[in-house]
Amino acid sequence: MCLGIPGTIVEIDVDRPDLAKVDVSGVRRMINIGLLENEIVEPGDWILIHVGFALSKIDEEEAASAMAFLEGIGTAYEEELAALASSEIEAGFIQAGRDIESRWAAEEV
Amino acid sequence: MRFVDEFRDADLARALATQIAGLCEPGRKYKFMEVCGGHTHTIYKHGIEDYLPEAVSLVHGPGCPVCVLPMGRIDDAIAIAEHEDVILTSFGDMMRVPGGRGSFFDSKAAGADIRMVYSPLDALKIARQNPDKRVVFMAIGFETTAPSTAMTVLRAKAEGIENFSIFCNHVTIIPAIKAILDSPDLRLDGFIGPGHVSTVIGCRPYHFISHTHGKPLVCAGFEPLDVLQSVYMILKQLSEGRSEVENQYSRVVPWDGNVKALQVINETMELRPYFEWRGLGFISQSALKLRDSYARYDAEVIFRVPGVRVADPKACQCGEVLKGVIKPYDCKVFGTACTPETPIGTCMVSSEGACAAYYNFGRFTRKRVMEVTSA
Repeated sequence: MCLGIPGTIVEIDVDRPDLAKVDVSGVRRMINIGLLENEIVEPGDWILIHVGFALSKIDEEEAASAMAFLEGIGTAYEEELAALASSEIEAGFIQAGRDIESRWAAEEV
Repeated sequence: MRFVDEFRDADLARALATQIAGLCEPGRKYKFMEVCGGHTHTIYKHGIEDYLPEAVSLVHGPGCPVCVLPMGRIDDAIAIAEHEDVILTSFGDMMRVPGGRGSFFDSKAAGADIRMVYSPLDALKIARQNPDKRVVFMAIGFETTAPSTAMTVLRAKAEGIENFSIFCNHVTIIPAIKAILDSPDLRLDGFIGPGHVSTVIGCRPYHFISHTHGKPLVCAGFEPLDVLQSVYMILKQLSEGRSEVENQYSRVVPWDGNVKALQVINETMELRPYFEWRGLGFISQSALKLRDSYARYDAEVIFRVPGVRVADPKACQCGEVLKGVIKPYDCKVFGTACTPETPIGTCMVSSEGACAAYYNFGRFTRKRVMEVTSA
């Protein structure tokens, strides 16, 4: 839970610019990048992810060093990666947002 | 020095070790504390203490949020989970931690709906998918995870999700360090500052440690070389009679922290008047709760929790370990009655706890390790 996992931004959600698809050791998941609001985040950027949120932008060298640290600690990292793989922030997250928007739109009508 | 060869740059590590030895005043003993589970890992995995001079010892402070949570809070969470219509969600780290009445796993086996999640956003999704259930997220962690909880609460509000709440156990690192500095048990010479926590809070909040208490603090990265270099930087300050906050991990830690993260914490949470820390007792203004304006997302407001204080098992010395007063192997039950498979105390449960780190890397005594490495 305290581990920061490095990943690269694959794409930023068009409808929800605070969400991005990231690649972490080949696992692709949706995460929240809202805490990097004050920075420019683009596909290809490296970020450090904590419990589904990008907390800081890093460079490639730091990403490699963070990865070496994580691989060195073994089980805890494997568990964190498995947890990330089981994360399903994506689908329901965006869909619910849309549902609510359409509900609001309907109520306005 | 077999561990040094595992470093990515063994020559640099050897050079640093020599410089560190050169900075030690003859006859003086140095004690530095790290307050970050990640550093505990690095120190034991790479055996950093083994080739620091005998005069320098590293002690582990309360850097693991799972380890400092008192047992009563786990019982409270289980009491919430026992409501018919509740789904309790938690990070995997918490599942095996024993409370006074067993762990989350025990409670789940007894029929409570307790689910592991990776992110509070996953918990929010479960709430969205189960509108007839009340979904509670067991929020835990230092400033590293508090912004994620805050962002999730803000998201719940924005989406109008009403069946979601958090059981807030977020703690803040600064008051804990202050409590340790004020404690007569332990005389410290400096601090290895946490890496990820500092990403959020920056370096400024540590100012009182260097200025009021006169102890150097160096925010450090997680590679063995980072930790070694931080030890070097602390010793350098001491040898020059300086006491400052320095940032060894500037490639990730901005001096001012993550402003947005601090904003969202401040928007949704406020300091509790006091909070109990395992091993450290009650520390004033050391933990976060949701602000009254977010009370509808606060599980402590929604549910009546027993809030009973549970004494730690008598044999367990997690408290002394967390304060750095004893090393894990000095505890009577370490490695015998208390192992990662059958933990008695929290320091053995969490993989970031000092006892688990010692145990997993086979460090049962410092002496034995010294013998092995010099053999």
